[in-house]
Amino acid sequence: MAETESYPPIDPTNFDLIVVGTGLPESIIAAAASTAGKSVLHLDPNPHYGSHYSSLTLHDLTSFLNSQSPNPRINPHQSTTEASDHATAALDLITRPLYSDVEISSYDDSVSEHSRKFNLDLAGPRVLFCADLAVDLLLKSTANQYVEFKNIDSSYVCDGNGNLMNVPDSKSAVFKDKTLKYSEKNQLNSFFKLVQGHLEAVKSVGTGVDEGKVISEEDLERPFVMFLDKMKLPPKIKSIILYAIAMVDYDQDAGESCKDVLRTRDGIDRLALYHASVGRFPNALGALIYPIYGQGELPQAFCRRAAVKGCLYVLRMPVISVLLNKDSGNYKGVKLVSGQEITSDKLVMDPSFTITSSPSEALQDVSKVFDAGKVSGKLARGICITKSSLKPELPDTSSCLVIYPPRSLYPDQATSIRVLQLGSSLAVCPSGMFVFYISAVCDDALEGKKSLHAAMDSLFSVHTSGTTDSSLTDQIESTEVKPALLWSALYVQDLIEGFMGPVVMTPTPDGNLNYNDLLRATSKLFQQLYPDDELFPEIQNTDSSDKLEDDSEVDIES
Amino acid sequence: MHGRPRKSATPVDENASALKAAKIRSLQSQFLENHHNHIYTKEALEINAKLIECNPEFMTAWNYRKLAFEHNISSQSESEKADSDHIKSIVDEELRVVENALRKNFKSYGAWHHRKWVLSKGNSSTERELRLLNLFQKQDTRNFHAWNYRRFIAGLKNISDEKELQFTTDMINDNFSNYSAWHNRSVLLSHLLEKKVEGYFPKEIFLKEEYEFVRNAVFTDPDDQSGWFYHLWLLDQTVKVDMPNLVSSWPPHGSEITKTTFPVILLFNEPVEGVNLHTVSVQVENDITKNTTWSPLSANKFKCGQAWLTHLTIPPGEFNSSKIFQVKISSEYPQGIISLNGVPCSRNWSFAFGVSVCHDVQPEGHSLRISMGEENFSTIDVNSNMMNFLKSNFDLATDYEQPTSSKWKSELIASEIDQYRELLSWAECKIGKLTLARLLMANDAMITDTAVAPNMTHVEEVLQLYSELMELDPTHYQCYKDEYSLVFLKQVTSSKESLMKYCCQYKESMSLNITGNVCLRFNSLSLSRMGSFERLLWVQSLDLSHNQLHSIEGLEALQLLSCLNLSHNKLVSFMALDPLRFMKSLRVLNISYNEIGAHTVDTRRYLCSSPLSHTLDYDKRFEEFATSDEKVVNFWDAYSVFSGLDIMQLDITGNAAVDERFVLFLVKLFPGLKWLDGEELH
Repeated sequence: MAETESYPPIDPTNFDLIVVGTGLPESIIAAAASTAGKSVLHLDPNPHYGSHYSSLTLHDLTSFLNSQSPNPRINPHQSTTEASDHATAALDLITRPLYSDVEISSYDDSVSEHSRKFNLDLAGPRVLFCADLAVDLLLKSTANQYVEFKNIDSSYVCDGNGNLMNVPDSKSAVFKDKTLKYSEKNQLNSFFKLVQGHLEAVKSVGTGVDEGKVISEEDLERPFVMFLDKMKLPPKIKSIILYAIAMVDYDQDAGESCKDVLRTRDGIDRLALYHASVGRFPNALGALIYPIYGQGELPQAFCRRAAVKGCLYVLRMPVISVLLNKDSGNYKGVKLVSGQEITSDKLVMDPSFTITSSPSEALQDVSKVFDAGKVSGKLARGICITKSSLKPELPDTSSCLVIYPPRSLYPDQATSIRVLQLGSSLAVCPSGMFVFYISAVCDDALEGKKSLHAAMDSLFSVHTSGTTDSSLTDQIESTEVKPALLWSALYVQDLIEGFMGPVVMTPTPDGNLNYNDLLRATSKLFQQLYPDDELFPEIQNTDSSDKLEDDSEVDIES
Repeated sequence: MHGRPRKSATPVDENASALKAAKIRSLQSQFLENHHNHIYTKEALEINAKLIECNPEFMTAWNYRKLAFEHNISSQSESEKADSDHIKSIVDEELRVVENALRKNFKSYGAWHHRKWVLSKGNSSTERELRLLNLFQKQDTRNFHAWNYRRFIAGLKNISDEKELQFTTDMINDNFSNYSAWHNRSVLLSHLLEKKVEGYFPKEIFLKEEYEFVRNAVFTDPDDQSGWFYHLWLLDQTVKVDMPNLVSSWPPHGSEITKTTFPVILLFNEPVEGVNLHTVSVQVENDITKNTTWSPLSANKFKCGQAWLTHLTIPPGEFNSSKIFQVKISSEYPQGIISLNGVPCSRNWSFAFGVSVCHDVQPEGHSLRISMGEENFSTIDVNSNMMNFLKSNFDLATDYEQPTSSKWKSELIASEIDQYRELLSWAECKIGKLTLARLLMANDAMITDTAVAPNMTHVEEVLQLYSELMELDPTHYQCYKDEYSLVFLKQVTSSKESLMKYCCQYKESMSLNITGNVCLRFNSLSLSRMGSFERLLWVQSLDLSHNQLHSIEGLEALQLLSCLNLSHNKLVSFMALDPLRFMKSLRVLNISYNEIGAHTVDTRRYLCSSPLSHTLDYDKRFEEFATSDEKVVNFWDAYSVFSGLDIMQLDITGNAAVDERFVLFLVKLFPGLKWLDGEELH
């Protein structure tokens, strides 16, 4: 094949670490390992950076989703590969489909005409909190110099009556809010102060100051929702705190049947993160920021960081098998599609790989890694494109977050649905258009799609191409003006957690709004890989600690 | 900036600061040399600029720059004068130096002042100023220097008050915990009101919205004081009677007095000036008296006072007549009586009374000690003519028409009361309680129909609120206690029935011409302040013993007072007794068992006239005292209070300031003194 010939040979052929896939966890590991002085080879079978964390044009997104979903297709390297050396066994790798139930609809041709003007996130909706781990890591690694951010203008939460109300997320937001009653303002801010008092008291434990303000250990271990009840907060305020600030997925009022009960301790941490984010950077008006050109900029920034530190990059380079020592079963290296064999001490792979057949007894250890990467859950994601904003009456609002707490759209809605609207000022779509990302954690595709459709029905109107029901459309339009849906892509993504074995498997994008859980997992994997190295050690400079606090460090366009 | 912990200096820092000090010393000596020799060259200015950059707080350096600026502007050559760029470059250089200094310390008084000074000279554009301000106000939103400067620039650039008001709204929306923003808001609204700008005049148009705006702040965080402070201003704007007004006078209208020489007292709701022959007419039997002199009962330099006094002698010449003289006192030209803010009285008033001539009984021969012990009093028999005496004094003393409150005011206050009651139903907060107490008092005062007794509907609730506050917020105990006392006195004096409970009759053995018939006994009530004087002008004998008074401010209005018991209180200095200076009728005074002299640092002393103060006339008599005993100079404060009084009986024991020497001083000071601390003097 002509293609095979175009694969460039890689020199040298031995590295400390080979990383396959350029998603955010892999890129961070590659950058951190390079910074720690390791020789790193970073490969990606795709022509673009970011793997499952990338931002793509409309067409690329469509073909990537299709290529990664379970269509009956033939693996190009089906024939079992033989290692060149008899002491080495080769385990063939195939792509495992992470996406299913892909459903792409186009209602307007103008969208695909502008395909290249879109930067659509595969793992949306996703934002950064100004004080979260991703921002800290960007600053620590100095990868922040490659990304620019803008703040998300506002966030809304759906109340019990289907109305979207502003999320009063800080003292000044509570003050400004026009919909809360005075009593609610008082309750909400009192609760913020209670939490703040607790955090300050915890910080000064031992000094004897304010220890009375510490929330009791018993309360901290209780479900957060019970603590909110104990504080006599009404349902509306509870819902704001749980779903729009602490960003909880599952219905916390479901009692025993709730899958993931948030403890008070964690709830308070999330509230603290949110509040630390508000006002961390003077240019960012709220708690949330988004990278210009899309989330795909983040893995790229870490890759550039890694490249500066000497990491070697080869894109469009599939790995066809993992090479193992036949006797010991230890990892040895990889075989590339070009036929070249590269050896390394360690291997990190993104979770879209698996092996075809069960290997012999001696190789069980490695295969366990692939077995361990079992699907732990499902996530329904949707991308929608419109020509108007959710809040056309607010010209300053081009980006916003909308939260539909459990049961707010339909009675058996079990999880929160989060929607992120982004405008062209973030360079993710042509001007005059808006991109919406929707996600909901779900048990199965059916439930997930139901959530997506419910949110879409509530947000958008659909113009069908036929004129048959134009009278009906007119009627709808006259009562409330909803943005008309031009294009949508709905898909269900498998959630796979990272795993540490003889080779390392990184996690898939999770269902959270920010990267905190992913980055914690990544950092843990790195520590297991290199227990003696720190993930981006502080630069030994006297004013480095001040620099972190420096306002100008993260570039936020206002 | 706020809320940032101070770090202790590291050896590296200390080294750096030593270097800096050396640098400053060298620059400073060069600069002072230039300053001394009036050298204003470019090089000299550069040295000065470097010095200022190191130390923006050095006022002399700024003053030197001003001299240099004026020198260089005025001494320019003809060709330079024609060149406007030359002036511009001088100005720009000044602005640059200031800006550098401000970057170093954005709270430097000297730098901000210099900038104002340069800009007020004209010759420069103010375009940069708003940008600079935005920078500094972003850095620290509560920097009052920047806010102050902002007002200056807004004035200079003629920025509309509405625009600036919007700026305060934005700042408050950002973070409502910002005194400066709220304060500027009140200033701007006052301007708009004053200029009668549409939408801001009359004030009820904006008050309602402002109440709602600030309610968001107070209710969101009831512990944050900045919004509450603005609420106070709003409340004041709502209830304030816009003009000075007569609230009480003595003698009472329609009464009949039997003295030939007596004081006439006019008590206003606020300090006023301009009470004189032209503004107030005194008619005796329809003849206008031309020789009345009114004097304010206060010693401040503005010649104004809340209470004004004159003495009348009736009849002016003829004796031995048994006729009753009709005296009428009325406002002749009320506009001439103006408040401290320059607002004139606009309401006419008058009162008339009869004077029957009888020869004043001379107080001679009364050497009995007057005691205010329990055993000297009997309660007033309801049927006795004492009741009539009180009635005539009481009902008439305050019979002046008060401006009636507009409906919008009472509605506004009533709705605020409802809101604050709700706030207190969820949260126990001191600001809520204090505000509610003030609102309730304002409400009662507004719906008072002065023809009948004052409205006291909420007084019990207010007293309860203040007692709760004293417990809730012990740091401000004294403040709440004072308020409590004033409200309590208002309640007690609101009707003659309630006041009657505190009146006692002297037993016959006493010297009634000194004490009067009735003694008002506010003893053992734990009062910390005295008030409601407008209802007590008739009092001759007052027992305030066993309270917690730390001040007797306002007591000077009681010109008939001859007997005063202040023993067992918390008066800490003679300064606190300053009102006694005006009480020329005072004969019996008990200030024993107070804390006079017990506190070595008297924080109130600066408030008072000292021998060096311009408000106190040069007093030759004190000099005599002082030369006879050099230690007497230490008693100047006692002297300034007591020197004009004619005290017959004084109790002063139980105060730290009292020693043998002081007693000798007092004996010398009061030639008429008969009893001192219970001992008869010979």
